[in-house]
Amino acid sequence: MNLKISNSQIEHIKGANSYLIVSTFLIFVVGLYFSLLDSPPDYIQGDSMRIMYVHVPSAWLSLFSYTILAISCIVWFVTRNPIFNLFAKSIAPIGAAFTLIALVTGSIWGKPTWGVWWVWDARLTSMLLLFFLYLAYILLWQSITNQETAAKISAALGIIGFINIPIIKFSVDWWNTLHQPATISKLSAPSIDINMLIPLLIMTLGYMCFLITVFLIKLRIEIIDQKMVRLSEV
Amino acid sequence: MSEFILMNGYGTYIWSAYAFTFIILGYLFFTNSLKLNKKQKQLDKLLKKSD
Repeated sequence: MNLKISNSQIEHIKGANSYLIVSTFLIFVVGLYFSLLDSPPDYIQGDSMRIMYVHVPSAWLSLFSYTILAISCIVWFVTRNPIFNLFAKSIAPIGAAFTLIALVTGSIWGKPTWGVWWVWDARLTSMLLLFFLYLAYILLWQSITNQETAAKISAALGIIGFINIPIIKFSVDWWNTLHQPATISKLSAPSIDINMLIPLLIMTLGYMCFLITVFLIKLRIEIIDQKMVRLSEV
Repeated sequence: MSEFILMNGYGTYIWSAYAFTFIILGYLFFTNSLKLNKKQKQLDKLLKKSD
């Protein structure tokens, strides 16, 4: 891999990271205040609805992360620029963590709402498949020693796995599932009260800042790894 | 205060969901930050050697 990243670009990433860490922390503090103290309980689900503020952003960003991963894989296939491999490698563990959070918090929310921890319905099963896709992508990179081969196979998996994203998104419309349909969509007004929408959006912003923060840290780790490989070759 | 903790009987579910979320996020952030520091030190050593 021939990676061309200047020291000044790395310094820019470092600088951005410091601001992002502080921003993420502050946004989460505000988000938690609104989620746990300020927002009203739901008239049917009561206070258990507060799990939504950690569950929904993690589910949204798990799909977003996989989309970025798949786009990076496609661009790498076209351009063969190694930076796109590093983008995909850096975002995969974060996406896996978000998916795990969505699965576990969804299960915890399911117990008081549906009376069960888990059902094998389309939404939950496709989310579990997404978690396994992330794991497979990470394990492929770790298990194949030839970097060129690892790049090709994992990129192929990343692209094929993208089929699962629209399945997750539309599973609640295509099949009869226990999971509720989308409450917020681009095409219609949200069916959620403004007092619940605000904390949800603040928490989503916090998650997004967290994603960018850890992504940049992971990207720097990958860049250092590449530099060390080149130095050891010289 | 106890009302806030009990959350009308849903406290166990709510607090365990929030705790799990922030443990995972904290783990992700701190392990990667430590790994970055370690890798940076290793790179600096290699660069000194190559000089």
